[in-house]
Amino acid sequence: MRYSALSLLVNAFSGQKNWTPVWREPEPKPEYDVVVVGGGGHGLSTAYYLAREFGLANVAVVEKGWLGSGNIGRNTTIVRSNYLLPGNEPFYEFSLKLWEGLEQDLNYNAMFSQRGVLNLFHNDAQRDAYARRGNAMRLEGVDAELLDQAAVRRLCPFLEFNDVRFPIQGGLLQRRAGTARHDAVAWGYARGADSRGVDLIQNCEVTGFLVEGGSIRGVETTRGTIKARKVGVAVAGSTTRVMDKAGLRLPIESHVLQAFVTEGLKPILPGVVSYGLGHFYISQSDKGGLVFGGDIDGYNSYAQRGNLPMVEHVCEIGMAMMPMLGRARILRSWGGVMDMSMDGSPIIDRTPIDGLYLNCGWCYGGFKATPASGYCFAHLIARDQPHEVATAYRLDRFETGHVIDELGHGAQPNLH
Amino acid sequence: MRLPCPLCGERDHSEFVYRGDANVVRPDAEAPGAQRAFHEFVHLRANPAGWHKEHWYHEMGCRSWIVVERNTLTHEVRGAVTAAEHTLARRPAPVADEGGR
Repeated sequence: MRYSALSLLVNAFSGQKNWTPVWREPEPKPEYDVVVVGGGGHGLSTAYYLAREFGLANVAVVEKGWLGSGNIGRNTTIVRSNYLLPGNEPFYEFSLKLWEGLEQDLNYNAMFSQRGVLNLFHNDAQRDAYARRGNAMRLEGVDAELLDQAAVRRLCPFLEFNDVRFPIQGGLLQRRAGTARHDAVAWGYARGADSRGVDLIQNCEVTGFLVEGGSIRGVETTRGTIKARKVGVAVAGSTTRVMDKAGLRLPIESHVLQAFVTEGLKPILPGVVSYGLGHFYISQSDKGGLVFGGDIDGYNSYAQRGNLPMVEHVCEIGMAMMPMLGRARILRSWGGVMDMSMDGSPIIDRTPIDGLYLNCGWCYGGFKATPASGYCFAHLIARDQPHEVATAYRLDRFETGHVIDELGHGAQPNLH
Repeated sequence: MRLPCPLCGERDHSEFVYRGDANVVRPDAEAPGAQRAFHEFVHLRANPAGWHKEHWYHEMGCRSWIVVERNTLTHEVRGAVTAAEHTLARRPAPVADEGGR
């Protein structure tokens, strides 16, 4: 069923009682062409693009919990493509372009809103770094504007401009960036994949991989053996736990990242604003809540909840950047488990097992990448060749030294 | 979360700086295959969901490096030793003296 103004109207007048389920709940078939492990944003978009772009409809997505139960529903919903390095920037711009056509493509309202992302800078060195980043973006054909203090004041008059230690000197603005409703992204991809024949199998945990002579033959699950010619794994924070079953040791650590939302307030924030001298980013949801977050807690964790010192730290930085935040009451905070890679950049690559593909290492930047990650992973699985914007995301780049370290922090995942 | 520093006693974890997995061992740079061994040492991690031995630095206290055994699912802490003790404990027993050679 396609959504339209007419279908909304008809169902409104019939008491919203005649909507049909958005996707099927099929039993797993004994065999598929491709099995995608992980029913989150990246897994679902992979299945969608496998069916839509690469003509593979005999595909299953197997998910341990329910669809979209992980980080796709736990992030701060920011979409942007303001990266510096050549290995990253074309990929994230490709993703942003997919976002721009996503809702029409999926016939699903993901509430994608290009309200802009503003990164503040507070000293001359930081201005130089952001000017360089903006120039790198423009060389790739991406929009970037360097704003001076007066321009930032016009955009966000409520920021703390008088801080003696960290005065706001200006900011780097990407107007095409913005936010989206994260759950709707998962549901839209799920519905799109299901309507193209993909089987979405929930409550189905992968317990092992079937490997014969170095080639993948399928997966063992809690709902029986499922054979497959190719298997793609996109399980974010659970990457190590799943790939252990294939005997792979990976350049990944799992860390927890917290996010926060306040009570609903009248519209105040024009877009996303991030602080330059402490990791803090904030936006306002369409419901009115201020959605914000900061750094990861900083130590290995598989717990989907965070610790109090980071709550205090994030709120302190928020107050330093935007003092009126102190008047808002926090409704909820939560945590998601991030697959932190050793250079802060993702991996979309083959593995030493023929036919087993890996998509991981998104750190805490995975949400914005959802469309391109799925598209490029589907490309890799279908054609056995990396997509041209994802050629740098190799699994062996750590061994060969071709790391993509945006922040220059080295192999220290808790600092990325 | 509170960490039991072997020198200072139980302290809040915000006094500490995290380094990471304490099980990886720096390889011998002269040994054959050192390049691969260093890649494994620097990049590859067991990343367990469960008990994890990890290096913490007590920056706001005694400034010692310690090894804490912590559960990454529950944040339960089982114990801590100084990094020196940890290193000595896993070093193989010294070879018997071969008589003044």
